[in-house]
Amino acid sequence: MEYTILIVLLPMLTFIVLGLLGMKLKACTSGLIGTLSMAVTTVISYATAWIYFTGARVDGVYQKWVPFNIEWLRFTDTLHIDLGVLLDPISAMMLIVITTVSLMVHIYSLGYMKGERGFERYYAFLSLFSCSMLGLVLATNIFQMYIFWELVGVSSYLLIGFYYTKPEAIAASKKAFIVTRFADLGFLIGILLLSFFTQTFDFGVLTSGDRSIFTQAAGTTFMGCSVLAWATALIFVGGAGKSAMFPLHIWLPDAMEGPTPVSALIHAATMVVAGVYLVARLFPVYYFETPEVLHGVAYLGAFTSLFAAVIACVQTDIKRVLAFSTISQIGFMMVALGVSGYGGHNGTGYMAGMFHLFTHAMFKALLFLGAGAIIHAVHSNEMSHMGGLRKQLPITHITFLIACLAIAGIPPFSGFFSKDEILAATFSFAPAMGWIMSFIAGLTAFYMFRLYYNIFWGTPAEHEHEPHEAPASMTTPLIILAAVTCVAGFIPFGKFVSSDGADYIIHLEASVAITSVVIALIGIAVATVFYRKKSSIPDRLEQTFNGLHNAAKHRFYIDEVYLFITKRIIFNGISRSIAWFDRHVIDGAMNGLAFVTNKMSFAIRGLQSGQIQQYLLVFLAGLLLITLLVLVC
Amino acid sequence: MNFLSLFVLIPVLMTCAMFLLKDIRRIRAVMVTGASLLLVLAVTLTVMFLGQRSAGNDAEMLFTADVLWFAPLNIHYSVGVDGISVAMLLLSSIIVFTGVFASWKMSPLPREFFAWYSLLSIGVFGFFISTDLFTMFLFYEVALIPMYLLIGVWGTGRKEYSAMKLTLMLMGGSALLLVGILGIYFHSAPEGGQLSMNILEISKNTIPMNAQYLFFPLTFVGFGVLGAMFPFHTWSPDGHASAPTAVSMLHAGVLMKLGGYGCFRVAIYLMPEAANELSWIFLILTGISVVYGAFSAIKQTDLKYINAYSSVSHCGLVLFAILMLNQTAMTGAVLQMLSHGLMTALFFALIGMIYGRTHTRDIREMGGLMKIMPFLSVCFVIAGLASLGLPGLSGFVAEMTVFVGSFEHTDTFHRVFTIIACSSIVITAVYILRMVGKVFYGAVQNKDHLALTDAVWFERLSVIVLIVAIAGLGMAPLWVSDMIHESLAPIIEQLIK
Amino acid sequence: MEIQMQYYLLVSTVMFFAGVYGFVTRRNLIAILLSIELILNAVNINFAVFNRYLFPGQMEGLFFSIFSIAIAAAETAVAIAIIVNIYRNLKNIEVKNLDELKD
Repeated sequence: MEYTILIVLLPMLTFIVLGLLGMKLKACTSGLIGTLSMAVTTVISYATAWIYFTGARVDGVYQKWVPFNIEWLRFTDTLHIDLGVLLDPISAMMLIVITTVSLMVHIYSLGYMKGERGFERYYAFLSLFSCSMLGLVLATNIFQMYIFWELVGVSSYLLIGFYYTKPEAIAASKKAFIVTRFADLGFLIGILLLSFFTQTFDFGVLTSGDRSIFTQAAGTTFMGCSVLAWATALIFVGGAGKSAMFPLHIWLPDAMEGPTPVSALIHAATMVVAGVYLVARLFPVYYFETPEVLHGVAYLGAFTSLFAAVIACVQTDIKRVLAFSTISQIGFMMVALGVSGYGGHNGTGYMAGMFHLFTHAMFKALLFLGAGAIIHAVHSNEMSHMGGLRKQLPITHITFLIACLAIAGIPPFSGFFSKDEILAATFSFAPAMGWIMSFIAGLTAFYMFRLYYNIFWGTPAEHEHEPHEAPASMTTPLIILAAVTCVAGFIPFGKFVSSDGADYIIHLEASVAITSVVIALIGIAVATVFYRKKSSIPDRLEQTFNGLHNAAKHRFYIDEVYLFITKRIIFNGISRSIAWFDRHVIDGAMNGLAFVTNKMSFAIRGLQSGQIQQYLLVFLAGLLLITLLVLVC
Repeated sequence: MNFLSLFVLIPVLMTCAMFLLKDIRRIRAVMVTGASLLLVLAVTLTVMFLGQRSAGNDAEMLFTADVLWFAPLNIHYSVGVDGISVAMLLLSSIIVFTGVFASWKMSPLPREFFAWYSLLSIGVFGFFISTDLFTMFLFYEVALIPMYLLIGVWGTGRKEYSAMKLTLMLMGGSALLLVGILGIYFHSAPEGGQLSMNILEISKNTIPMNAQYLFFPLTFVGFGVLGAMFPFHTWSPDGHASAPTAVSMLHAGVLMKLGGYGCFRVAIYLMPEAANELSWIFLILTGISVVYGAFSAIKQTDLKYINAYSSVSHCGLVLFAILMLNQTAMTGAVLQMLSHGLMTALFFALIGMIYGRTHTRDIREMGGLMKIMPFLSVCFVIAGLASLGLPGLSGFVAEMTVFVGSFEHTDTFHRVFTIIACSSIVITAVYILRMVGKVFYGAVQNKDHLALTDAVWFERLSVIVLIVAIAGLGMAPLWVSDMIHESLAPIIEQLIK
Repeated sequence: MEIQMQYYLLVSTVMFFAGVYGFVTRRNLIAILLSIELILNAVNINFAVFNRYLFPGQMEGLFFSIFSIAIAAAETAVAIAIIVNIYRNLKNIEVKNLDELKD
């Protein structure tokens, strides 16, 4: 199984080749190289997943395989960073998700990015991203994860800033990087804390169920909480940054300045769920050692989910709507993990979270790629420039509708099954939570169909060119992903992924299923009334709840708060005063020293008149004095 | 003749050759040959060193030689290397090599420039191979003095002021250092017997505690001034901003490392008890350096000032890690010296090349250079990413080793300071991305810049060598890290003793 | 009657201090030179007197006087040459104007 390392190395090689030779190659050649290499990676990943899922069970429980591991950097005898490949159910599942979506995006971009300046650069960055994302999910230890965590951050930065002449894109890329970097600081400190007390980075050891390694940490407290709780909470901060949890979500909507396929790959399907994956990866640690942190994850997830859903209802840029819907759906996954127990049917939440991650990746990628096709056709992101597109873009229309139904949770599409499991888990955790999540599910249905109707129905807007369907390279991925979205719900997901590795039989709870479908249908119905034809209800509602609407439209002014903190406090307050202090006080002191020395020398130099007669006079006076002294004493 | 002495001999010959040659082509030929020889020599040394070590030679210093030089004070010319010196020699030779190419079109007076440049290299190489305090100090001074002329004659901006400031502050530092060294010398044989300047011999004795209390701070601050320790760092922004490209590279890349290296080799190794007792004071100062330098860099508008303050922050991390007094953190410190040396040299080289074209270093007057000079811009972005600690480049390896090592300290005070130091990685990201965003991305600010050209071959060569070194260290750090790690064992033994 | 040694010494002391006074107060180079000659000659008198009274029959003191007279002559020649040159350049020989090497 050593060949599994190729899954990471192949995209990296592609990155290096395209990065060094890209300028010399023809644009389409580099696109083809990138896509082909991704296709090969996909095949290897599928094969790996197949071999793993068919062969890794011992007594009905999936084992962890480490087919490849080398020491990369050694800190102490116990702490060393290894680079390797860890196969277990979730990493094998993530392999499939990442390579599938990535391959789709590679193919799609051949059409979408055609003729763009920097085509080869784009493919190089895509390869870099794929490499780092795959490295992240295959990490055998938490430090390897951190390494690739940073690398996905950088690839995201590079891709958001792909249109580097656009000021918004530069600002967005900078914001994305710095916000996630700030979160990564938490992650790093969390790793330091955890490794200090457990003396290991290895996931195998951390999640082995051997609780003795945590005994030293459990007894130590810092500011009233156990250090272990601090460690896991800080690690979660890292995850929250990448997964855009409140209040670190602000970078994700802006990240939509990047090319649309990038948004589909990075900011919808793969990188943003890294936080969820991180929590899932360390789930036994969270569950057994620091359950209070895990509950905190659930509450934060629920809040973020609601918060983002409300904002999504009033945004007018279609990519922003999708971005907020992504935040909201990731909130769902976090809730699922947060409310989950361990083992057997207690582990519903864990399984459901992973299942939702899987289905969401597919249908959200589909939504974004669909949005890309729409933007490609009308050259605008604004809803007001769209409307009535269902005739001109039939394939996009159908696939987009499928994805909307899936995210709204209508059977038999995949989203229904995974969301239903999440709701079941939350209901069994706390009914109130269950109802809140159901309400958010209803909101989801509403805003998605608001989007759908505004794009494809309603009155057509004026266009310079008649919108037309995208080329085959773009529609093929749409169709494939739509097909996956239709059937993915029927995968016996619990057979592959569960909290303890044993079989988990999914069975639908009728009451929960019916409730959620009914709520979703209500949401869709309301959207239909409001937006299918031009209606005055939304405007009137807007008038009535003017304050709320405005606040939501401005994303509850969180960005302004950040701007205030960064611009006014850090930049102008701290930084400016430190720079001033340095130039005037510290350097001033040094210059002052020089100044005083200089003045002193000027004062003294008067004595050095150069007049020998004066010297002689002083000399004689001195001589006289000494003579007298000698005579007297 | 000892193999190591070649490191001094080659630059000496280069300096002498400068006085004989007139033709600029010949001068370049000599410089390139000499610098390449040094590079080859350093690589050979590394290979031989690793070979010796794996063959089981576990002497503290290898390739040693000793010649009595001045009997009354027992001064020897004694040389020898361990893993740390080997790493430093490798770094110096890379930077001297690339510096030659970065100053290819040096004018006016190229001959004199290269003569002083070679003299500077004599000092640098001599310092790293010396194991005798006196010769070490001698080479240290040889490395400092040419700086005054190099900045004062070939610099830009307020060069006379900067040259004076830099030289005076560093001389002030070396005055403290001289007192420290003499103090060590006169206490080197507490039980009587021959006083010694040899580091290895002194380390076998314990200097009396009251002497250590006095001379440890003197020595540490003396070297710390060169390592840009707060509040003695202000020579760095002005000095680096005024210095010509190659001199900035060599100064920030290698000379500032002399400070860190000296702290290890002299202050901590010879006075371990005082180090244990007093390290917390300096830890606070260096901790301030790390964060303070980073914050100051955010506000700067001159590219060289940004990089100089970033150097203050990064070099602060070197001293910070040294003061943690454990093997992992110290390994990190040496790695950080290597990494920062390469990175900052790359930065200064690129800034020099950009300045040579745009004639401004003010980031507000530039923009959109990515379109105009893609090669330089991409390299600059790579340097920036290395500086903010991207995995796969050297900065990450060094910083992580420092952080993990520092956090291994069992004392809460040290761990809290580690967390504060960690926060610099975020601030670094802020100023690096701000700089990159303003200068290279966006629309072209100045229409005159559209006519500028990208890098030419000698510039490319110099930049590529540095990038390869950065990426090499970042991708395969284990051998360097191991080499340094085991060489630190004697120092740690001293500290535990 | 033989003249006592003290009278000689008195004369030489007066000469010496007259020379010193002149050297310190005079601003004219020629006058300073004259003062220096006075000092030298006071010393010469001392040499001769001490030789004559303390070590009669020995000649070292006289030789020394002659030696120093010769040197004084040479020195005066050089000094006069310098002064002439200064005069040519500056058109005066006041000491206070000669501060060009000061800064």
